[in-house]
Amino acid sequence: MATSTTERAQRVLTGTHFMLGNYAVVEGALAAGCDFFAGYPITPANEISERMSQRLPTVGGKFLQGEDELCSIYALSGASLAGAKAMTATASAGYNYMQEGIGYAVAVEAPIVIVDVQRCRGENFASQADVMQMKWGPSGDHELIVLAPSSVQELFDFTIRAFNLAEEFRNPVIIMSETTIALMRERLVIPPAEEIEIVNRRYTSLPPDKYLPFKANEEYGVPDFAPLGEGYGAIYSLNPHSEEGSIDWDPDVFERLYKRITGKVTQHRNKICKTQAFKMDDADVALIAYGSEVRPCIDAMEMARADGIKVGVLKLDTVWPVPEEQIIQVANHVKLAITVEMNIGKYTREVERLCCAKCRTAVATKNRGLVHFPEEVYAVIKEVWR
Amino acid sequence: MSQPINPLRKYIREGKLPHFFCPGCGCGQILNAFLQACDELGMDPSRMVIIGGVGCTARIPVYLKGDVLHGVHGRTLAWATGIKLHKPQTKVVIFAGDGDVASIGGNHLIHAARRNLDALVVVANNFNYAMTGGQVAPMTPSQVRTMTTPFGNPEPSFDICELVVTAGATYVAREVTGRPVQLERTLKKALTHEGFGLVEVLSQCPTNYGRYALRSGDPAVTLKWIMDRCITKAQADKLSEEEKAGKFVVGEFVDFKRPIFRGSSVYDLESCECCE
Ligand SMILES: Cc1ncc(C[n+]2csc(CCOP(=O)(O)OP(=O)(O)O)c2C)c(N)n1
Ligand code: SF4
Repeated sequence: MATSTTERAQRVLTGTHFMLGNYAVVEGALAAGCDFFAGYPITPANEISERMSQRLPTVGGKFLQGEDELCSIYALSGASLAGAKAMTATASAGYNYMQEGIGYAVAVEAPIVIVDVQRCRGENFASQADVMQMKWGPSGDHELIVLAPSSVQELFDFTIRAFNLAEEFRNPVIIMSETTIALMRERLVIPPAEEIEIVNRRYTSLPPDKYLPFKANEEYGVPDFAPLGEGYGAIYSLNPHSEEGSIDWDPDVFERLYKRITGKVTQHRNKICKTQAFKMDDADVALIAYGSEVRPCIDAMEMARADGIKVGVLKLDTVWPVPEEQIIQVANHVKLAITVEMNIGKYTREVERLCCAKCRTAVATKNRGLVHFPEEVYAVIKEVWR
Repeated sequence: MSQPINPLRKYIREGKLPHFFCPGCGCGQILNAFLQACDELGMDPSRMVIIGGVGCTARIPVYLKGDVLHGVHGRTLAWATGIKLHKPQTKVVIFAGDGDVASIGGNHLIHAARRNLDALVVVANNFNYAMTGGQVAPMTPSQVRTMTTPFGNPEPSFDICELVVTAGATYVAREVTGRPVQLERTLKKALTHEGFGLVEVLSQCPTNYGRYALRSGDPAVTLKWIMDRCITKAQADKLSEEEKAGKFVVGEFVDFKRPIFRGSSVYDLESCECCE
């Protein structure tokens, strides 16, 4: 009976849908091969858990509602090190709790995916106020990969990419969702399964007595994986560890470990960082934005162009690591770069350091539980562009 | 002249000895009893996943061949939950101090017991936070002086065995390093149990509990202090509540079977009678 239900279940719902953003995340995860989900209820991420609890078991995966976010995030590392493709979903307050577990996953190089649907301080309004915490929450030196979708389609597409990047780099990947897009219904096109690119972590081909769990082939490489419980004898410790995994207090071991686990992300920045440019070719003014704020920026761009101001939009699909090359290239070609964000102006500083001495900078911030209206963005353009 | 090698040495990671435990610490005895139990059962620890959070006790796993998760305070049962749901056939054993599993990890503990997660928790109760230097712990007896209770512990202590029995654990026992034969026998039963098992081992920490609470760094003094307070269940049954105060009852508390937690799956739903 169990098999018949499983056989009937479909992992990839190929076709055109009108779907809720949170559901699109679930469909993206399943299409990417997710087979473990753990979460703890929090609005506005609940629809992810709810749909996962229905869909995942029917395709042979495991669902867990943990006793708290700490349980969820550590269960993810446990399952991932046992070989699962694991995901959790939460909203800002829950993401706070998860920081220590994310730090652990970085240290032991466990591929996991975390969806943070940002909300406003306990209320379910629009916000991008966690953009710094997305990256800098955990203690210790680390790199995280953070993707910022702007639409329901991107929630699906970026979730697949998040799993692929997590597997390739054996690092946590964060999907920085927002109340706005998570609770929005839009057109979603799910391609046939065979057209979806899937990346799986590389398993070791060495026998257990030759295997070193934290030895990479290159200086900034990713170690091959061996699942828990198969006799490979790996130690997965948060503490500084040698290539063998043993706790090691040698300063050279510290340095080599931290250089590699951060370097494997920063050295592959060009592969990880993606941006989209809208009418940037002839632009004098660049609006730099991520997530749902890209939407009013595109409207504001059209309004400005109708009035003869050459505005373009640089959309940051990857927020961390910072797409440095792409921002510098824009700074070299425009006269003014305006960062648009739904917080007190946090990411602006990343943009400003890259634009320094190349173009003027400004910021359009808003923290009212609402996305910018196009008129508001345009008003800033007019004010700063003379 | 070649030295005889301890037959349990085969389970210890190469190059890891000498270990970091203080002379006379109970952790070495717990490690020894565990390996003896595995050996007699023919269960190879190197095929297990062995977990430690942080603390002195939590270092036990790092000396063992086998897959080890280590280094975060209190989350051992959360790791175990993920591992067991994804790979149910894996044997998972956790070594924890009372601070690790009953204080910071307390919530995970009661819920793992409630769910009947198929994992064994070995708690070394040395009556204090040892690794951080002898502070009060959830299982420090009332009135005892520690580094953070200089005027005596104002709080009552946890009975972790009672706690997990109430929460739903299916194998629960308390033993003491001073009864090595019984300790090993208990660990053997716990290792073969299917479902949530917890063995509390009363253990001597001469360096901190001995020195600060008992005013002696001599391991024998700490061990004697524990042994003088141990009574068996049969003895306890004959005593009044007042007579039992301050005593540690050793022995087995529960040993039964009920369904193991496996996470939600269609299979569970289809075999669930209440949904028919
Ligand atoms: C989040 C966090 N808080 C505090 C600590 C510091 N710390 C290290 S070991 C320990 C407690 C050890 O006590 P216990 O769990 O009873 O184990 P023991 O050392 O007595 O075996 C604490 C609080 C930590 N490592 N992480
Ligand atoms: S401090 Fe106490 S518990 Fe820790 S190793 Fe020393 S004796 Fe053992």
